[in-house]
Amino acid sequence: MGDVIRTDAIIVGAGPVGLFAVFELGLLDIKAHLIDILPKIGGQCAELYPEKPIYDIPGYPVIKGQGLVDALEKQIHPFGPTFHLGEMVEKLEVLGTAERPLFCVATDAGTTIEAKVVVIAAGGGSFQPKRPPTPGVEAFEGKSVFYSVRKIEHFRGRRVVIAGGGDSALDWALNLQPVASRVALVHRRDEFRAAPHSVNAMRGLVAEKKMDLVIAQLCGLKGEGGQLTAVTARGADQATFDLACDDLLAFYGLTMRLGPIAEWGLNLRENLVPVDVATFETSAPGIFAIGDIATYPGKLKLILSGFHEAALAAQKAHRYVYPDKKLLFQYTTSSTNLQRKLGVS
Amino acid sequence: MTKVTFIDASGASRAVEAQDGSTLMETALRNSVPGIEAECGGACACATCHVYVAPEWTEAVGSASPMEEDMLDFAADVRPNSRLSCQIRISEALDGLVVTTPAKQG
Repeated sequence: MGDVIRTDAIIVGAGPVGLFAVFELGLLDIKAHLIDILPKIGGQCAELYPEKPIYDIPGYPVIKGQGLVDALEKQIHPFGPTFHLGEMVEKLEVLGTAERPLFCVATDAGTTIEAKVVVIAAGGGSFQPKRPPTPGVEAFEGKSVFYSVRKIEHFRGRRVVIAGGGDSALDWALNLQPVASRVALVHRRDEFRAAPHSVNAMRGLVAEKKMDLVIAQLCGLKGEGGQLTAVTARGADQATFDLACDDLLAFYGLTMRLGPIAEWGLNLRENLVPVDVATFETSAPGIFAIGDIATYPGKLKLILSGFHEAALAAQKAHRYVYPDKKLLFQYTTSSTNLQRKLGVS
Repeated sequence: MTKVTFIDASGASRAVEAQDGSTLMETALRNSVPGIEAECGGACACATCHVYVAPEWTEAVGSASPMEEDMLDFAADVRPNSRLSCQIRISEALDGLVVTTPAKQG
């Protein structure tokens, strides 16, 4: 574990609302670190609909998901936020008091950050690998069912079934083929979303009988004590059959789950975090929730609502970060002080 | 008005009115039809609005686009009549449409 980073605010989630929170906090001299489980910023905008036009961002008659993320990145640049990408916040520890909050946040990558306020802008939760549609899969996870490869050596000499038809599935089929005793790629159709050169390489290995390609869908797992002995698959003719294996690597894309936020001791309502509508503070002083993950009477899951919520949360956050300073309300159009922070004065 | 019927995995049937021009997924959500999650909100970016089109309707509904086929890779128990309901646009030609929702989305 590395050294403890000390900052003013931790923003959980680098989607559009988390990014804009950097701006609103920054205008009030509050420095922020952002943490996101995805390897890139932008949240759902970048992951789910980068090329889809959005029509309800004020001032933009139309802007694409990725375009909005790029514009926000530029807008918050003057405030020099620090990004911790590809990391999931696992623990949130309360160190301070209600009047003088202090939090310690730890990620699964070993990053530890201490901050005076935490802003949860986690949208629909964290993007996590989708489980294969096989009952009882949880019992095998981490032992013989995996959603990513951490150590290639684990697969040495083992019979590995890889499920999926995208780049992850194809790349790992090719990378593990020389290591594993046998690799079988299982996909529902004989067409792949992966890069053509990977698909060609895979077809070459299949033609040389160095790996197997099975056109079928997984429907069951067999094994005991977390150790697989076989996967059951259903072919196009609906007949099921078993494929003997030691490990399954499943690449079924990502889904959103609330994840560890559920264990932070906050009041929750249907996987959402209730907030005070004047401050967007949660039931815990110093912890704020904004954007899709926040709920209150009349809440609309719109990006523009999240921007508003970020601005109001920042006002209350200022009281915790600078308890002795009086906050003066200022406009970016006229305040030389704000313009200096933005680097335009 | 166009009528569509959703049958869930247990066989329960719900006939609802659908607005022409809207999608089948929107019709399901507007009428609180269970079994359609639509996690991505209709961007063809998840596979949680998966339905099976009744055999007599597959021709009228048409087949999935290549992008939709790619996304169907993430759905469970995909069959030849599988479609993502966010990609089916309602029109008069679909009056009487019957679809079944799967036991599990995504």
